[in-house]
Amino acid sequence: MDQAIVVSFILSVMTASTPLLLAATGELVTEKSGVLNLGVEGMMLVGAVVGFAATLHTGSGLLGVVFAMLAGMAMALIFAVLTLTFLANQVATGLALTIFGTGLSALVGSSYVGTAVQGIPKLQIPVLSDVPFVGPIVFGQDGLVYLSLAAVVAIAWFLRRSHRGLVLRAVGDSHDAAHAIGYPVILIRYLATLFGGGMCGLAGAYMSLAYSTSWAENMTAGRGWIALALVVFATWRPVWLLVGAYLFGGIMYGSLAIQAAGAIDLFGYRLVVPSQFVSALPYIATIAVLVVISRDRVKIRLNAPACLGRPFHAAG
Amino acid sequence: MLLRLEPRGQRSRLWSYASPLLALALTVVTSAVIFSVLGKDPLESLYVFLISPLTSATGLPELFVKAAPLILIGVGLSLGFRANVWNIGAEGQYTLGAIFAAGLALRYPDAPAIVLMPAMIALGVLGGMTWAAIPAYLRVRWNANEILTSLMLTYVAQLLLIYLVTGPWRDPEGYGFPQTALFSESATSPVLVAGTRVHLGVLAAFIVAIAGWVVLTRSVIGFQLRVLGQAPRAARFAGFSQDKLIWLSLMVGGGLAGLAGMFEVSGTVNQLTPQISPGYGFTAIIVAFLGRLHPIGVIFGGLILALSYLGGEAAQIDLGMPNAVTGIFQGVLLFFLLACDVLILYRLRGPRPAVAGGA
Repeated sequence: MDQAIVVSFILSVMTASTPLLLAATGELVTEKSGVLNLGVEGMMLVGAVVGFAATLHTGSGLLGVVFAMLAGMAMALIFAVLTLTFLANQVATGLALTIFGTGLSALVGSSYVGTAVQGIPKLQIPVLSDVPFVGPIVFGQDGLVYLSLAAVVAIAWFLRRSHRGLVLRAVGDSHDAAHAIGYPVILIRYLATLFGGGMCGLAGAYMSLAYSTSWAENMTAGRGWIALALVVFATWRPVWLLVGAYLFGGIMYGSLAIQAAGAIDLFGYRLVVPSQFVSALPYIATIAVLVVISRDRVKIRLNAPACLGRPFHAAG
Repeated sequence: MLLRLEPRGQRSRLWSYASPLLALALTVVTSAVIFSVLGKDPLESLYVFLISPLTSATGLPELFVKAAPLILIGVGLSLGFRANVWNIGAEGQYTLGAIFAAGLALRYPDAPAIVLMPAMIALGVLGGMTWAAIPAYLRVRWNANEILTSLMLTYVAQLLLIYLVTGPWRDPEGYGFPQTALFSESATSPVLVAGTRVHLGVLAAFIVAIAGWVVLTRSVIGFQLRVLGQAPRAARFAGFSQDKLIWLSLMVGGGLAGLAGMFEVSGTVNQLTPQISPGYGFTAIIVAFLGRLHPIGVIFGGLILALSYLGGEAAQIDLGMPNAVTGIFQGVLLFFLLACDVLILYRLRGPRPAVAGGA
């Protein structure tokens, strides 16, 4: 196969995978602390629109990314106050966060539809970025791609090897025990939830500043929910998150590519498939993957944080 | 901490009714703040959003038309939510109900209404149940989380709808618009109140709510659902089949969502288009919570959320605001509702008085 095609394929898959990886990494940390935040889609959308607006008004992609992260954290803070301080049902609050975020982003973004921004620049190292094949893939990405990969590695290390990661896992597995030992359960959960929100904000910024350089209502198209499914797929292990995100990035890119081509070449037969069926592929694949992973109940029970979704209230 | 929560030890009956009212009041205040941030006169905006939709002659009937699908879906969801079965894909089940019913209406436009209407109702329910059966089966047989599977199927349902109205079911005389032909007279839900759009579905919503109330409070199944939600271990010891209750929750929720979709296309839209729902399936989640997961409460919840749709349209026309304000209002309302619900199980107390000698 032509080398240029392979390079462009790998780059496209990485672009499609990065927002999933960013959001799923954030959600993984949140869930490891025992908090189930179903508002990923809402936080991503708000991050996307805020990142876009900030970039448009300041002219700086970096500021856009920073504001998107802060917006995601602000959304997560609403969730945290409701579920951690006011002990509201986490499933319902997460849904509310998504409904609210969808509405808020549409309202804020209504005046930006149809505008385009510069987006975030790609790395450009003289000589290195021009090396055939390796150059554009390894040295020619934008900052968020590197950040997403670095974050997975850092989180994998943090959860498994660091003391604070151990405390975080303890809070997620047995909040009563962690509280009895004297760890501030609620504070740790606040921090983990805010981290998740910040990562979802970044994922949103990637959508509106790198994946496309414009804003459209509901532009995440269910990626937040796919990220949630990826955490289950990875059975709460960061390294598997990387595999899952790139697998789904590949499926998403494949579905776009098939739609662009208008047909699939299958062993010499031209198979014309309606584009809607192809668009449905990532969602159906998500269901399939969930089923494959979840049917092993023991594996899920061993790996899922035992206190996931359960409210904590220090008695007395 | 200035304030702390102290467990009441039992559910407060007062607050389970007062909490939605407090949440509504806080939502209205917050909306006023949001309106003024957007540079609008807050009082005028509130009037346009919450009161003006009801002042016109068609206002009240329209409220019931908009509330009907919300109540139908909300009743089904409230039964499931009580049992901790989180069907959040009602939007997709609604779409499938609409598709199933529309398929029949388009295939047999000349059938007499007395045959066609009941058949469409049955197919609408069947469509919703079919779509809900997938997450039910995957949950019971393969342990797959119904939140994610039912939600993913919503996207698939929407794509299926777009495929049908742009492809095989497109109206050949529709000037290329993505829509089916208009339904025949006999496939149109009869109007119950002359001069309005109040159709058979509105009546059905009230019947379903009352039936749901009877099932929940007077039947063994209703009792089992409540126990499963409040005390899953007790339900297991009592020998209630969790699988059966999951199936039941999703079938009732899916069937009623499908029924709502059927009535919406047959009663108000009269054809299939990609926009047959302004998010009724998701809004019904809020309706269920606002109605205290109680079928009769869901009627009130449905009417209030229906007002937010009418208000959004009014704000768009009179104030030039994007109708996304509807979504914000709905989200904020659910936030406050969930926060206020803490008062059912806990009371707010001031700072703990210092105790000599430490705690």
